[in-house]
Amino acid sequence: MSDLEDLYREVILDHYRNPRNRGTLTGDAVLHAELQNPTCGDEIELALAFDDQGRIADVRFAGRGCSISMASASMLTEALRGKTREDALELDRQVQAMLRGEGDPPSPDQDLAALSGVAQFPVRVKCATLAWHALEHALGS
Amino acid sequence: MRPTGDVQEHQTATTGLFLRDDFPILQRMVHGVPLVYLDNAATTQKPTVVIEAEAAYYRTSNANVHRAIHTLGEEATRQYEQARATVASFIGSPAPEQCVFVRNATEALNLVAWAWGMDHLSSGDEILLTVMEHHSNLVPWQMVAKRTGARLRFLPLAPDGTLRLDALDTFLSERTKIVAFTHVSNVLGTITPVAEICRRAQRLGAITVVDAAQSVPHQPVDVTALGCDFLAFSAHKMYGPMGIGVLWGRLERLQEMEPLFGGGEMILRVGLESSTWNEVPYKFEAGTPNVAGAIGLAAAIDYLRGIGMEAIAGYESQLTEYALLRLRSVPGIEVYGPESPRGSLVAFNVPGVHPHDLSQFLDQQGIAIRAGHHCAQPLLKHLCVVATARASFAPYNTRADVDALVDALGRVGDFFGHVGS
Repeated sequence: MSDLEDLYREVILDHYRNPRNRGTLTGDAVLHAELQNPTCGDEIELALAFDDQGRIADVRFAGRGCSISMASASMLTEALRGKTREDALELDRQVQAMLRGEGDPPSPDQDLAALSGVAQFPVRVKCATLAWHALEHALGS
Repeated sequence: MRPTGDVQEHQTATTGLFLRDDFPILQRMVHGVPLVYLDNAATTQKPTVVIEAEAAYYRTSNANVHRAIHTLGEEATRQYEQARATVASFIGSPAPEQCVFVRNATEALNLVAWAWGMDHLSSGDEILLTVMEHHSNLVPWQMVAKRTGARLRFLPLAPDGTLRLDALDTFLSERTKIVAFTHVSNVLGTITPVAEICRRAQRLGAITVVDAAQSVPHQPVDVTALGCDFLAFSAHKMYGPMGIGVLWGRLERLQEMEPLFGGGEMILRVGLESSTWNEVPYKFEAGTPNVAGAIGLAAAIDYLRGIGMEAIAGYESQLTEYALLRLRSVPGIEVYGPESPRGSLVAFNVPGVHPHDLSQFLDQQGIAIRAGHHCAQPLLKHLCVVATARASFAPYNTRADVDALVDALGRVGDFFGHVGS
């Protein structure tokens, strides 16, 4: 079962069972994105609110999906708080590279590092990147 | 290969109606345990006789068909046409030329939609489908409807997953030009009453198109008895090779259809400005066809006939009944589709565990199932789910395979634990 435990690390299952920042945001300054994974029908909705310094003040997600896609979304919401648009896109680039097996985790002590095992399961990479693609849509990138 | 015999005699826990030894891939290990292959509705495994038939063609008779005036060319042509005759007799086609070789059921359905639909549909006409169609019997009609101005209508389902036949008359009218529907649903396992729908559709002048991808591999299918105008299926879901499938059509329908692809083989005479078409089925088979695939399909049909489609249907029906019984013992499980009759597949969901995670978990134990929307997104929306797991059976599967699946399902909840929201 070692392969399976490499994919489903405890921290991933924890985010799946106890998702952080579930919900949505309203207001003029809120950016929204909705995305579906066409291969499985998983869906995600992301909402971002910026403060007047241009930093992300709040992030919420909603949707239905597998443990990998939902845990990835939950981790994303925690990692983005306080980041500028540019920082957020840089993190997105690093995480996507890690998920494809082309780069190291952005910061080894972050929960996000647990997603690095997904790279060994090519079919599941799309599950893990769903929230990050939604982020790109929300930021208009 | 096992001789044809009483179904009951083979209904043992560990020996299938097909011998596992006939299928080389079933000998392999996955993650250190023997493979339990339960994704047969996606594609079936191939017996040695099919693999060898394809290889033998390339080893001994490979040449282009219908043109070469030499020994190899004649052998290749003879084997290719013999394969067509084998297909024809297998599905009760009055003549071999009514069987057009295509890549798969998807291409067969597209061929009807584009070649028949574009010339016979106009604004205000209606195409009647059902809400449980596979994307391959939905999207081509959407594309043709958009270009012709025809309107799509959908026959609804009863709560148990059977078709609302009582509503058929309210959907059928003189405006209905095409009724296209699946014989066996790839998600619900629903078996549709093809002959009755065809009879009622034809009374109003509509043509009927049957997606038989999930029926031809599992039960006797006779196109004459069904009374349809077109019928589509793929070889790879019936123990044959990938890349070859069949569109069967009534002769007059095939004759009134224009070709879809131009090129070699499909022509009679070619001028610089225009050409005339070859006979049915050749006018639909432009370019060099998949000769080895057709020969492999014929070998698969010979294999199926050696066991008997009645015996296969009986064995699979009992195995599916057993699977339904065992699956319902899993706490909280939701099983989709009618009780009986049903095709040899079961779609289900285990509460709190997404089908992707379930499938990944099962894979670690050598069990291959399907997880996702099964190319039937409108149907899943109707069922109010984003995805399901699906186990689908073949005659090499046994009760032991079902037991392995159900035992693993009993452990999956512990692994993923309780999920909040």
